[in-house]
Amino acid sequence: MARGFGKQQQHTQKNTQQNKKMSETKDTQGKLWEVFIQSKKGLPFKHCGSVHAFDKEMAVQNARDLYTRRGEGKGMWVVPADAIVAVDPANDASFFEPADDKVYRHPTFYELPDGIKNM
Amino acid sequence: MDHINLSKFCIRLGDHCLIMAHRQSELCSKGPFLEEDIAQINLGLDLLGQAEALLIYAAKLEGKGRTADDLAYRRSEREFHNFMLTEQPNTDFAFVIVRQYFMSLYLLKTYQVLAEVEDETLSGIALKALKELTYHERHLSMWILRLGDGTDESQQRMQTAVNELWMFLGELYEEDALDLLAQQASYAPKGEEMKTFLMAQITAKFTEASLTIPDSIYMTTGSKQGIHTEYLGFILTEMQYLQRAYPDAKW
Repeated sequence: MARGFGKQQQHTQKNTQQNKKMSETKDTQGKLWEVFIQSKKGLPFKHCGSVHAFDKEMAVQNARDLYTRRGEGKGMWVVPADAIVAVDPANDASFFEPADDKVYRHPTFYELPDGIKNM
Repeated sequence: MDHINLSKFCIRLGDHCLIMAHRQSELCSKGPFLEEDIAQINLGLDLLGQAEALLIYAAKLEGKGRTADDLAYRRSEREFHNFMLTEQPNTDFAFVIVRQYFMSLYLLKTYQVLAEVEDETLSGIALKALKELTYHERHLSMWILRLGDGTDESQQRMQTAVNELWMFLGELYEEDALDLLAQQASYAPKGEEMKTFLMAQITAKFTEASLTIPDSIYMTTGSKQGIHTEYLGFILTEMQYLQRAYPDAKW
């Protein structure tokens, strides 16, 4: 069964819509993947950019070549861009409006011990 | 091995890396897509780093006051000892992948042995290079499988590259007096051991990738005496231009 290059042909249909988003564009570079790097064990993974690739294996290799050559991280996630569900802040204030009038919703009444880092 | 022979040994290995690094550098901005362009240049950069470390050490062992730059930019064709395989041109992407794949196996085995030697400089270089080569082999293997077992055209191009480059493999396990000295000092694997390793790896990978191993008997030889294919001269012309035109230029 064809790996990569066979599949690639499915992606080469001419893109008729001019204003398609990058993640929807079918071109010869494969689909878009988002890359997340963990700089130190125990810390959250942070989004650092994206890569093109035809499959999972190629995606991690390309991500490694672009994002972890200078000791940036200890861990890496690569996620298909179309698997990410995004909310547009401009269209949906209800997701992001802070509840400032309800002080008890903010964990500001606790005192953190000195030993705790990364909070 | 005395200092002079060890220096020659390092020059050979450094030359493989240096010439391959130059070939890889020619691919800059010509990759099939951005990510692979960067990946190929990264392979070249790793090899350049190895070449530099090895030539610096070779120059020091030699003790004639030459520097790594002198070795890289002031030697002529006949004084280079890189395998003919390393100087073969980037005819198409398949040639690049097959050439680098064969050499990544050779370097993996070579550095595995060198990582164990008592000479701390060499074992240090080898240990660092091993990490890099492990990735090279992985990345190149991926392309061997992807293209060998890909479309009709990619399969055909890969097979053509394999057929054309196969005759250069013999040099990778051939032995001369310096090799025997290195083997006695446990600085290099025996030729037979290298051949078995290369063939086992290649056979397994090619079977999976639907590629055929050519049954040609003829293998080229000569790089250990400084004999090369016509391509090395052109590489050196470009690589050494600045030092030849403006000797001792610094910036």
